[in-house]
Amino acid sequence: MSKFIMTRRGLIKAGAVSGVALAAPMHFVRNAFAQDTSCNMPTGDTVTFGWNVPQTGPYADEGADELRAFQLAVKHLNGEGDGGMIQTMKPTALKGNGILGKKVAYVTGDTQTKSDAARDSAKRMVEKDGAIMISGGSSSGVAVAVQSLCQDMGIVFMAGLTHSNDTTGKDKKRYGFRHFFNAYQSGIALAPVLADEYGKDRKAYHLTADYTWGWTQEESIKNATEELGWSTVAAVRTPLGAGDFSQYITPVLNSGADVLILNHYGKDMVNSLTQAVQFGLRDKEVNGKKFEVVVPLFSELMAQGAGDAVKGILGTANWDWKLEDEATKAFTKSFGQEYGAPPSQAAHTCYVQALLYADACERAGTFFAPAVIEALEGFEFDGMGNGKTLYRAEDHQCFKTALVVRGKENPKDKYDLMEIVREVPREELTYDASIFGGDLGPSDAKQC
Amino acid sequence: MMFANLSRNDWLLLVGFSVVVLAGPIILQPLGAAYPALMQKFCIYGIFALGFNILFGLTGYLSFGHAAFLGVGSYAAMWSFKLFTMNVIPAILFAMVFACLFALIIGYVSLRRSGIYFSILTLAFAQMSYNLAYSVLTPLTNGETGLQLSRQDPRVIDAMFGSPGPGLPRASLFGVDISGGGYPGFYLCAVALIVCFFFAMRIFRSPFGMMLRGIKSNQNRMRYTGFNTRPYLLSAFVISGLYAGLAGALMAATDPLVGAERMQWTASGEVVLMTILGGAGTLVGPILGAGVIKYFENIFSSFSDRTLHGFFSFLPESLQDPVVSFFSLFVGDGWNLTLGVVFMLIVIFLPGGIMEGLRRAWNLVNRKGDGGDAVPVGQTQPAE
Repeated sequence: MSKFIMTRRGLIKAGAVSGVALAAPMHFVRNAFAQDTSCNMPTGDTVTFGWNVPQTGPYADEGADELRAFQLAVKHLNGEGDGGMIQTMKPTALKGNGILGKKVAYVTGDTQTKSDAARDSAKRMVEKDGAIMISGGSSSGVAVAVQSLCQDMGIVFMAGLTHSNDTTGKDKKRYGFRHFFNAYQSGIALAPVLADEYGKDRKAYHLTADYTWGWTQEESIKNATEELGWSTVAAVRTPLGAGDFSQYITPVLNSGADVLILNHYGKDMVNSLTQAVQFGLRDKEVNGKKFEVVVPLFSELMAQGAGDAVKGILGTANWDWKLEDEATKAFTKSFGQEYGAPPSQAAHTCYVQALLYADACERAGTFFAPAVIEALEGFEFDGMGNGKTLYRAEDHQCFKTALVVRGKENPKDKYDLMEIVREVPREELTYDASIFGGDLGPSDAKQC
Repeated sequence: MMFANLSRNDWLLLVGFSVVVLAGPIILQPLGAAYPALMQKFCIYGIFALGFNILFGLTGYLSFGHAAFLGVGSYAAMWSFKLFTMNVIPAILFAMVFACLFALIIGYVSLRRSGIYFSILTLAFAQMSYNLAYSVLTPLTNGETGLQLSRQDPRVIDAMFGSPGPGLPRASLFGVDISGGGYPGFYLCAVALIVCFFFAMRIFRSPFGMMLRGIKSNQNRMRYTGFNTRPYLLSAFVISGLYAGLAGALMAATDPLVGAERMQWTASGEVVLMTILGGAGTLVGPILGAGVIKYFENIFSSFSDRTLHGFFSFLPESLQDPVVSFFSLFVGDGWNLTLGVVFMLIVIFLPGGIMEGLRRAWNLVNRKGDGGDAVPVGQTQPAE
């Protein structure tokens, strides 16, 4: 075989070719040194939002409903349909003609409920599709991961369904905002009802989804119930998406516990609750008391999945379509007309987040990210289904009414599965922003 | 001399490969894949598959737990970012050292068996590491949530050169930002891929490579002629572990958050798919396979019905809807289905992967005018 001999001419040619190849991508770097621009500020007549939701995996049902809500929000923002909550939101700067005169377009991505996949799809939406904000998601692990990515890229993240304390606590970020309530608030809301219904002398056994949300919910519920006088027998961690929980439920029977607390969500909760009921836990009597199961975070979609197993089970929810206020009615009506089913709480929180971001842009008069963040911080609004609500500036957590709910014994139809036991007012759920630590970080604009 | 065993064709291949990789942002533009995050993934998984191919393509030993080394590399790089400095060079070295040690241990045990038993052993080790990272070693790995940077990290070396800024620091290469999106990250990965490609080519052409091929075709005969095959196998295993460690380090450098799921068996299976899809035992094949799979995962999964309607808009209205609803099965969250179909077709009709397809096409074009002879297919590598 002949040896490769590098001639001078060959070297110059190769050098020229690689020089061109290296310089070419600089052509694609936009707005590199412009002032007062942040990543992906729209230049044409549309503004692109990124909906990053789980389309596969254990939270796929929630993801599908979130996507429906986002599509409805885009319609309403562009002035199609009946306008939904834009009509009821107070105060509002939204006019129903897009945002700042630009029509809203959207791109979607699949988080797969995995941090890596979620960050990949978020990066695609930002770098390729030019999304100016990212919203959605149905897992706190993913929310925390995408939120820190968005902070790094200078893109506002309007978290979807995420209930872990960490999202607006230990891992809070300047560019991340959460409308949903959190595990700590679930604990405060649920404890008095538990004391009323099951007494103050109970032994609890926790089964916990093994990631940030499960950990903080377990801790919050444990603290809240132990303050009532309950004791905790054991807290067992189960892998996310386990499918079969029988090996975790059998030991509960012999543990001496008389309450099982399921810190599960989505398909995990459907499976664990169904299996717990099949194992006859709820027909048992332990320590002279009836055995009870509690699901601290409840949703309509899970109730549908679990069927009869949810009857009489106590839990908390961020919102329910059966609430009586005008905003809820308006939203439920337009969602129902569009998709033929009432919205879940995941759909509600995502819809509200999309509207809140759009409204903040209108009020700020620009898409410049630091200005939008400033408009959202400390914003007080009403007419979005949860009464008077505050987006607290210190941790970007919303403070509003939350619900304690119970699985209905005699549902009228397949959507009427939960009854509202108590509406817990915002004052009871407000806590000191410093208890979870964390640091928001700077809001300086990033170029991309 | 170091470059003695590379022929003129090899050099041409290397130069051509480098040009294609570095010109990625232009070449991939029509495919809609020319954004840094995805091109980084192409390069990183290219390195991963290239390393895997050194073990599987040359020796025929099918490791089903290679993602473990990727994960170890990522965690090691992340800890280097957290403890020492945000510079990527120490992180990469750190990751390669750890991946190497890890591969040495697992390889030493697993290589006592061959065939299916070897595959199962590596799979078991990888699942073990995944579960350790997922729950037992939570203080080291932060479990499912994933290991992240924090402003409270010591970063002793960076701290000596000045106080940290207000936000989270970015991974950098002497002042050039690698993480946080943008082209520098891609070029770092691209250069790493080219260097890795060069070393893989050297291994393929070396006597050591011949030895590994000998092990693949008949290990007993190698033993009878007096070779102790174990050290060769172990070296191949460690080298491919090193490649995986490097890929893991680059992953952490371009996106500093490490979750345990990248060590799961599905990730190990993915690299096997990439290698077989592209063509096991060929130099370029695994990189092509990695590119195809990552393209499907990121681009196909983002197509929606609207995209399809745009694509089929030339059809009459009545025909458009059924066609769109049929094809929508295969895009969006159905991208796995498309990948499965493509993979099946390739394994059935082109056992040598995409590379065999290219070779056949090349032969077809270059066929002599008399056109009677069957096309001789170059070394076919069945998927073992």
